[in-house]
Amino acid sequence: MTERDVDAAIEAVWRIESPRMIATLARALRNVGLAEEIAQDAFIAAITQWPQTGVPRNPGAWLTSVAKRRAIDLLRRERRFEHKRDEIGRELESERLHEDPFEAALDEDVGDDLLGLMFVACHPVLSPEGRVALTLRLLGGLTTSEIARAFLIAEPAVAQRIVRAKRTLAEARVPFEIPDAGERRRRLSSVLEVLYLIFNEGYAASAGDDVMRPGLCEDALRLGRVLAELAPGEPEVHGLVALMELQASRAKARVDSEGEPILLLDQDRGRWDHLLVGRGLTALSRAEKLGGALGPYALQAAIAACHARARTAAETAWPRIAALYDALAAIEPSPVIELNRAVAVGMAFGPVAGLEILDALASEPALAAYHLLPSARANFLEQLGRITEARAEFNRAASLTNNARDRATLLRRAAALRL
Amino acid sequence: MRFMVIVRASKQYEAGVLPTAQELAEMHEFNETLVKDGVMLAAEGLRDTSYGARMRFSGKGKPVVIDGPFAETKELIAGFWLVSAKSKQEVVERYESCPFEEGEIEIRQIFEAEDFGEALSAEARELEARHRA
Repeated sequence: MTERDVDAAIEAVWRIESPRMIATLARALRNVGLAEEIAQDAFIAAITQWPQTGVPRNPGAWLTSVAKRRAIDLLRRERRFEHKRDEIGRELESERLHEDPFEAALDEDVGDDLLGLMFVACHPVLSPEGRVALTLRLLGGLTTSEIARAFLIAEPAVAQRIVRAKRTLAEARVPFEIPDAGERRRRLSSVLEVLYLIFNEGYAASAGDDVMRPGLCEDALRLGRVLAELAPGEPEVHGLVALMELQASRAKARVDSEGEPILLLDQDRGRWDHLLVGRGLTALSRAEKLGGALGPYALQAAIAACHARARTAAETAWPRIAALYDALAAIEPSPVIELNRAVAVGMAFGPVAGLEILDALASEPALAAYHLLPSARANFLEQLGRITEARAEFNRAASLTNNARDRATLLRRAAALRL
Repeated sequence: MRFMVIVRASKQYEAGVLPTAQELAEMHEFNETLVKDGVMLAAEGLRDTSYGARMRFSGKGKPVVIDGPFAETKELIAGFWLVSAKSKQEVVERYESCPFEEGEIEIRQIFEAEDFGEALSAEARELEARHRA
């Protein structure tokens, strides 16, 4: 085996083994930062030893035993210190000294450790960037340099985010545990938010970006699938997985040969990934069976599923999409959702109905500079034969977009209108 | 990245010998770890080639259909996985614990959208030009 092969093997083993190792260590040590450092130490031992000895038959077990020795040494040292300092704690401590925290932790379900680690990495005390970096580092098995490349930022900045996040966790004394029923939903929604943030960062990547960027979609999807195994009874987890699988299924169809985006209705549906479509629909039906049809992710997934089920754009079930947007607007009111709802209503029930909703949005400050509002209005006005107004709206939309190609298309449509 | 892991057929498999309960249980356990780690996309076992057929294309005429079984065991495929992984090495590491005692598997990387950068646009343009001609 060449040195490069060994390096690649160690990197792969880190990716596979480190999340579980860190999770188990974190529970035994009650300290995520320390757990990560010990896991890293074990990998550094591998980097120095494996090029000479070769990669062991069971690399995971090798690393775990190295990490375990270090963790136990550390605990013993800490306890000796505590003993001297704290007479009262002696009895309790010596009792705990006899049980091997690692053996005990290993006996329990590692799945719970991983879930606990997800909750800690996505803890609300952390900044959104801190949560993302920590999640990718601890659970995704990404290196800081990989995270930096994926987010188009400098490596020291990522390292800094991770250090700061670990410090915040320590200072806030965030316990390593799975939150109880009352907290669980709220904390779970933070985990889902982080995964979707990672997914969207990858989805926003354009052609020519470093492969690490689109790779984020896969990282988020993989972590979502892991979470669905760890918390199978949570409908919104399946809802998010469904949404990500369905969106990912269109990855190959959503840009043209020039790298320009293609709108959903204009995409070649033969280029959608039908394996992912199938997985998305399955995850959605799981969410629905668990009574989660009206969760925000499940609703967005259900909208994506309407498109996925339509063989052609003309077969799209617009009335159903409009109804799903109604439900989404009711739980998460936002001007952008309202705009999408207007388009769906217009497609389902005609331009008058769509225009009515859009007109109510006219004074919405959040959409004042958003070109899709006037362009949606222009479409409906054109359908109604209100040509002069339509032309003005196409021109207004053109003046608001920063995308040269979009602007050209909008101006062309304005010019093509004839009274 | 995504990979297809292809299982080569053995003589026993082609003879229609089914795996034992023990072998099935081990494989199930291995597959479970792939599912739990979120890397498994699909996995299927194929029936032996006596249930299959080949279609041979040559020129513009109708393809020739040849029904199974087929003789050259080494080239036959008995099943496959589709897995998501960061590198080929990751797939190799994961399949170290695949419970086969003999035989061969083959790991192949699947083309992704981002693999077609410049190359695709050139090819697509050429195709477009040909359609117009």
